[in-house]
Amino acid sequence: MALRMWASSTANALKISCASKPYLSLSRCFSTVLDGLKYAESHEWVKHEGSVATIGITDHAQDHLGEVVFVELPEPGGSVSKGKGFGAVESVKATSDVNSPISGEIVEVNSKLSEAPGLINSSPYEEGWMIKVKPSSSSELESLMGSKEYTKFCEEEDASH
Amino acid sequence: MGILCCVCFLQEEEKETRTWNSSSGSKMLIPQTRNIGLPIMNLMRFKGLPILQQLHIEEQLLRTSSENWCIINDGTNDPTIVMGVSGKPAELLEIESVLRDQVPVIRRFTGGGTVIVDPGTIFVTYICNKEAIPDLQPYPRPIMSWSSSLYSKVFQGIGDFHLRENDYVFGNHKFGGNAQSITKTKWIHHTSFLWDFDVRNMAYLKLPKRAPAYRSARGHLDFICRLKDYMSRSTFIDKTVEAAGTQFLLRSFELETIENCSETEFRPSTRFLTNEELEAAAVAGQ
Repeated sequence: MALRMWASSTANALKISCASKPYLSLSRCFSTVLDGLKYAESHEWVKHEGSVATIGITDHAQDHLGEVVFVELPEPGGSVSKGKGFGAVESVKATSDVNSPISGEIVEVNSKLSEAPGLINSSPYEEGWMIKVKPSSSSELESLMGSKEYTKFCEEEDASH
Repeated sequence: MGILCCVCFLQEEEKETRTWNSSSGSKMLIPQTRNIGLPIMNLMRFKGLPILQQLHIEEQLLRTSSENWCIINDGTNDPTIVMGVSGKPAELLEIESVLRDQVPVIRRFTGGGTVIVDPGTIFVTYICNKEAIPDLQPYPRPIMSWSSSLYSKVFQGIGDFHLRENDYVFGNHKFGGNAQSITKTKWIHHTSFLWDFDVRNMAYLKLPKRAPAYRSARGHLDFICRLKDYMSRSTFIDKTVEAAGTQFLLRSFELETIENCSETEFRPSTRFLTNEELEAAAVAGQ
């Protein structure tokens, strides 16, 4: 609890959002990482619920990219492959590929992002979700990082630069 | 036959030019004073290459090559409008004038804004592996910052050069626009420099809705300036090559080598917009 309060007050001082929910893992990099999700090294997250997996980019990614002004998404009915690009986000001057952490069939695409691409910045894990997929391999999900591992990954990545 | 795919570190202590022939064509090391342990970067130089062809080369190298590249195109042939990947013609262009005067319009694969390029534009592009530059995070702002540090060397003591938001400026006048694309393993940062421009061409571009704060709603001619007022073309290009040589071991590369060596059937997304598309955009207001 003390660590959470310290991080929260520091985040406030730095004007960085830091939601105080009990299931958050708070990292020294002050990006939000949610428990219960799985993460790829290319900074996408997966939320597996029943037969559907929801995919988006992490708070760490959106923070480093800057204001998202355009999102390129595939059509439902297509397929994604683990580690391959399925879309892109444009942030002012840059397009950045978004890669799928898992393979499967795209069953839904977040159409809100065409009119409100900034949802990826303001709500990367909820309203800013990008695609929903029917996974073709459960082992791919298991090979992804958990919240603690991803938090450490972000810290090490930021520290090495 | 194929493009040399391995990134190798060479150690040289003397100014030296060597040539060798391989199955993929001929390459030439560029004389440099200090290049110990630097990553190799292939340097391609063009003069007047059509901008669509330049962008196709860049997009192919970004997507299919594992090497580092610097491309310099000293002017393009015909005046051409180049929009970013998400650009909306009706918002950015005076479509009626563009169609009337048959000005070509390209949608490129990188982000960023709209430019009209011509023989007075000098293009400099860096395509790098994510590990090529130590301590550089492969995100837009660090890459932008790194590029401005290179150009700070080029413009040292000349004008009041700096990176202002995402533009290269002298004072508060823009002379260089930037755009990027970042993939899983590589990134590209390309810049169009206004060495000179035709005032009449600016009339094809609307004032963009999304503009940097420092623009302060200035019209095109009050916002931009000409690099020719500060530096000759050859000096700028020579100094840019010299600056790149402080971080990379530059190796001159010929275009025909790329054309002969591509082993993938790559289809670039960069393309001309058709008259029909522009007309439809004008009608739909997009």
